[in-house]
Amino acid sequence: MPVALSAYAEDVDKVYYLIFWLSVVLFVGIIAAAAYFAIAGKRKPGVRAEPTGHHMILELGWTVAPVFILAYLFWVGWKGYLDMSMVPPNALEVRGRAFQWGWDFEYPNGVHSKELKAPLGKPVKMILSSNDVLHAFFVPQFRIKRDTVPGIYSTTWFEANKLGDADIFCAEYCGGRGEGDAAVGHWAMIGKVKIMPAADFDKFLKEGNGPKEGETVPDWGKRLYADKNCAGCHSTDGAVGAGPSWKGLFGRSEAMSDDTAIVADENYIRESILEPQAHIVKGFGPVMPSYKGILQDKEIDAIISYMKTLK
Amino acid sequence: MSTIDEATLNTNYLTATKGWKSWAFTLDHKRIGLMYLVFVLAAFLAGGIFALLVRTELMSHGPTIVSGPTYNKLFTLHGAIMVFLFIIPSIPASLGNFILPIQLGAKDVAFPKLNLLSFYVYLCGATLTLLSIAHGSVDTGWTFYTPYSLQDPEAATKVLYMTCGVFVLGFSSILTGLNFLVSIHKLRAPGLTWTRLPLFIWGMYATSIMQVLATPVLAITLLMLVFERVFGLGIFDPKLGGDPILFQHFFWFYSHPAVYIMIVPGMAVVSELFATFSRRVIFGYFAVAMSSLGLALLGFIVWAHHMFTSGMSEFANMLFSALTFLVAIPSGVKVFNWTATLYKGSISFAPPMLYALAFLFLFTIGGLTGLFLGTLNTDIHLHDTYFVVAHFHYVMMGGTVIGFIGGLLYWWPKMTGKMYHFGGATVGAWLTFIGFNVTFLTQFVLGSRGMPRRYYDYLPEFESLHRVSTIGSYILASGLFTTAAVLIHSLAKGRAAGRNPWGSVALEWKTQTPPVFQNFEQTPIITKGPYDYHLASDEELVEDLYAPSAAE
Repeated sequence: MPVALSAYAEDVDKVYYLIFWLSVVLFVGIIAAAAYFAIAGKRKPGVRAEPTGHHMILELGWTVAPVFILAYLFWVGWKGYLDMSMVPPNALEVRGRAFQWGWDFEYPNGVHSKELKAPLGKPVKMILSSNDVLHAFFVPQFRIKRDTVPGIYSTTWFEANKLGDADIFCAEYCGGRGEGDAAVGHWAMIGKVKIMPAADFDKFLKEGNGPKEGETVPDWGKRLYADKNCAGCHSTDGAVGAGPSWKGLFGRSEAMSDDTAIVADENYIRESILEPQAHIVKGFGPVMPSYKGILQDKEIDAIISYMKTLK
Repeated sequence: MSTIDEATLNTNYLTATKGWKSWAFTLDHKRIGLMYLVFVLAAFLAGGIFALLVRTELMSHGPTIVSGPTYNKLFTLHGAIMVFLFIIPSIPASLGNFILPIQLGAKDVAFPKLNLLSFYVYLCGATLTLLSIAHGSVDTGWTFYTPYSLQDPEAATKVLYMTCGVFVLGFSSILTGLNFLVSIHKLRAPGLTWTRLPLFIWGMYATSIMQVLATPVLAITLLMLVFERVFGLGIFDPKLGGDPILFQHFFWFYSHPAVYIMIVPGMAVVSELFATFSRRVIFGYFAVAMSSLGLALLGFIVWAHHMFTSGMSEFANMLFSALTFLVAIPSGVKVFNWTATLYKGSISFAPPMLYALAFLFLFTIGGLTGLFLGTLNTDIHLHDTYFVVAHFHYVMMGGTVIGFIGGLLYWWPKMTGKMYHFGGATVGAWLTFIGFNVTFLTQFVLGSRGMPRRYYDYLPEFESLHRVSTIGSYILASGLFTTAAVLIHSLAKGRAAGRNPWGSVALEWKTQTPPVFQNFEQTPIITKGPYDYHLASDEELVEDLYAPSAAE
């Protein structure tokens, strides 16, 4: 099992190792008996097999005895699961949005991040949703997993009890697109949880979203381009990916799939980010997920100002 | 076929009638079984090649031989072909079709024309599935989970081809099940009471019940998927007001029983192998027979254990976890009884028996690792990781496929009239066994460390275990190819097999090798159980590996 970084991870591990050792004992017992019987009973000329075909007490024994073991396993698993399901009332609420192919986390004051920040020793309730298809929020070091279902909120919680980094994987298959280096998909939905002391976490929330100190707006847009997974499908050097390259795109008149022409101005870019399927550039498929709720107005403006620099 | 005369009825079924039409329109269950065998093995080869491509891609961190979207298609094809075209029809439609009527002492199955129809329906379904590959192939995984399978209109057309293919294949499965059920009820030879039925028949009986009852649910589900796609009905797609979780319920309501449709025949075969090669009655015959029916019943009420993380209510999760644990009881009963059958037996280590022993070893691991997944809090961590992949390969491949190969080697001389080379078959069995464990034991470790399934690429720390697993898959493939070579060689150069090469007292070894057109020259009258070795004369237990004419 991976390093345990959450409050209930140790309980899960206890049950895991209980089953593990129980299985080892049973397996060794069965295989040793079978091997011994097979070798001792190797066919010899003139020796017939013992015809015993039935032994009531023995058979009842191995039918009934497992019932008790199984009932116990069920019970410890169920109890552990209840602890994982009951969210402490004082938990901090963080929204997790899954999309093809990335994660976005939003904290109570509206701040967003791509990497999940978790305060040490404070319970965090995750309210999970999906913008497109099924995904699953899986953090092995916390021993949690929860599917994100389009149209439904699902919740889970954790309390990080050690400092460190944990992995986020998508554990529900969600497809893939593109060719060569531009290909993205299910396997690329790998993220990080950064566990930080409560004071650092508060500082992170206060700094909020916006350009870093000394960062220009187009530079902020460039950072968002990398952070929000735009780079997966849109190149900046003219190479064609799953979506049109941004090089020289701004202000150009583009042929659409319905044979109209639209100038790629602020309004069109904004529409394409929030409702990507409304007008699609000819030659591309309707594959882009909506960034509604993931990008805020200021961020969209920053991305547009970055696009303007890509001549 | 009223023109067949008495002499033809009593000659070798392989040569009784001639010409391609005598095969294409045959109503003989043995020929249909053999034709099924050819196609099922072809599907196994295709699915196996896809598996090797998948493993080769995963050998190294980063892109290795294919791109990500191609990888998604490869594992989808591997899963769909192995499940729908290979494992589900493998034992029932090929070995079952051939052996079941002979074990019943019958001339054929109850509905020979339906049997031929089921074969052609299988071919139609397989063709539709191939069409989806010709159109660029599906990348949804074999489970076709919505809404991804409905997302891209262009890709959804291919999904339609494949789901239609699976829909059609389902009918083939239903027809075979129906045929077997009626045959077992109505065509038993005089004296063949229910308690004298071989355990292979009991297993087929349980399997057939599931095929007939569960497969229609798959058909309904796939039809709804088609309606949603074509007419825009909102059933599963949240954009149209549907519920994607509903699809999972429907899908697993079939696919969980399907897992038992796959494993119960494997158990049925190895029960025969343990009896024949230990020369004694199966310990706890009644319990083994009833545990097959028990599994068939439980198979219908545990489907939602595939969905513990999907957001079902805590109450539903509790219920399905508890029900799932019940499955361990009949499975355990079988394992204990097989082990006890070895006790004070007269054991031969002929190649088919090696597969029975491998089955016991691998299925026990597959079963015990199921405990981790039935337990709720450990499943939350292990769900959709390589742990699950390893678990079901231990059961499906270590169980069913190993049972299938064991059964194939066991009945091969009866089916083809040829005996294969024992040394070669033994080497094949060992390579398969070792390769299998190297491939999949490592995947348990990967999964428990958090490696999610269906990933084209992974974090660098998982690379060394992935590499070991890939090397294991090459060893496994070499074992399977060795076995295939041994069998093909036997067809070309093998010596003619005797009537009863294993010294078995079961009914199918009493007829000629290969059997005559109508199976038995006279309808046999059954006076003993299928495993009554203690009542057999020494003469009955002689292993005539080779036909007398070939001895000199």
